[in-house]
Amino acid sequence: MHEPLLTVRDLKKSFGLTEVLKSIDFNVGRGEVVAVIGPSGSGKTTLLRCINFLETYDGGSVRIDGAEVGYTEAGKRRGERALARMRAETGMVFQSFNLFPHLTAAQNVMLGLTKVRNKTKAEAREIAGHWLGRVGLGQKADALPSELSGGQQQRVGIARAVAMEPKILLLDEITSALDPELVGEVLEVVRGLAADGMTMLMVTHEIAFARDASSRIVFMADGTIAAEGPPVELIASAEANPRLFSFLARFRASHF
Amino acid sequence: MLDAMIYALPFLMEGLWVTIQVSLLTVTISLVAGVVLGCALIYGPLPLRLFTRLFSDTIRGIPILVLIFFVYYGFPAIGVDFDSFWAAVTALTLFKTAQVIEYVRGAVESIPRGQNEAGMAIGLTFSERLTSVIFPQALRRFLPPWINGVTDAVKGSALVSLLGVTDLMHAINQVIGRTYEAMPLYVLGAFIYFVINFSLSTLSRRLERRLSHVQA
Repeated sequence: MHEPLLTVRDLKKSFGLTEVLKSIDFNVGRGEVVAVIGPSGSGKTTLLRCINFLETYDGGSVRIDGAEVGYTEAGKRRGERALARMRAETGMVFQSFNLFPHLTAAQNVMLGLTKVRNKTKAEAREIAGHWLGRVGLGQKADALPSELSGGQQQRVGIARAVAMEPKILLLDEITSALDPELVGEVLEVVRGLAADGMTMLMVTHEIAFARDASSRIVFMADGTIAAEGPPVELIASAEANPRLFSFLARFRASHF
Repeated sequence: MLDAMIYALPFLMEGLWVTIQVSLLTVTISLVAGVVLGCALIYGPLPLRLFTRLFSDTIRGIPILVLIFFVYYGFPAIGVDFDSFWAAVTALTLFKTAQVIEYVRGAVESIPRGQNEAGMAIGLTFSERLTSVIFPQALRRFLPPWINGVTDAVKGSALVSLLGVTDLMHAINQVIGRTYEAMPLYVLGAFIYFVINFSLSTLSRRLERRLSHVQA
């Protein structure tokens, strides 16, 4: 049995007096697609942000490929350069896209390749072209983000993240800011990446998508993992878990 | 009237040259110092942030004229004795630096936090995020107020005449002292100041328009 790609142990995080994460334990195996669902305020996004150390944590450990993300083995916070190198191993796609507005779609993808992966401009341009093609935006390479629709911007966001060849891709409610008719094109791209074997951890409100595309669902409530399992089993077992049941019931009521 | 102007012109040109020197020195030094201190104010360790905040607030709370006299008459008491030209430049530069600090802070802090995080997420270091992500975007917001500030510097430089530095303003007064013809000289002087500043603000407007296209 291989060691999981991502291991989270006893992860704790508070904002002031509010305990957002209360001892979280979970793993993500290589090639696995794990969906994190749960009511807002349950700590999903914070958990995701701790994994690439956009958020520091108060206790516990986050390891990717055996290496602690934010701290050295001696428990000291990593320096700026080491931290940046660790972060390059995790791709992140944001709810609000966060594309660089002064750069074209291609330049958005190329920036990390040239600065972090030390590719030449020509190599970076080729890789960017490849990934923009993959997300269906081969024709939009020279467009500025402001000239793209929300769905297109988010697909550039995905291309920017995966072009770095991260070990794991973190998706933070990537369709929440999109008009309903644009959600499908973005989820289609994610589905394609899953089929390629990309390891993914995604916080999502798209329960149907989580059910269809993930190999495991983690249900968070009040800063803990309240339930976890393969989608079909988890949803089937909801009767036995009041919090999960009421969460899914609310979802069903509003979406079906 | 035209005669008086033509007689005065060579004297005024000498003064204008000093005005330009004072303005250029003030603008250049304050730009470098202001950007460095502005970054210190945003990203520096707490003591440095406090120092910069105190510096900026203090300087901006003092009239430029008071600052000029303070540097010229006050600094010798602590062993710093500038001649009138450098005292004036120092005072104007201090004032302008405090302004540039605030322009930098405003411009950088207007960039959404997500930009910095997106830079982090692709593995950029702090300095790479500044140079590739934050500064190029902040520049668009920094330039228009800064160019307006340059025109202020040119106008403010007239105050150095009060220390006896023969800038454009002082040259005008000297000629008037000889010819007793105030009106033509002040008209001419005002015109020269106007030409400089009107060119600058035209440049600023054009730049603003160009940048707004890119930003969208």
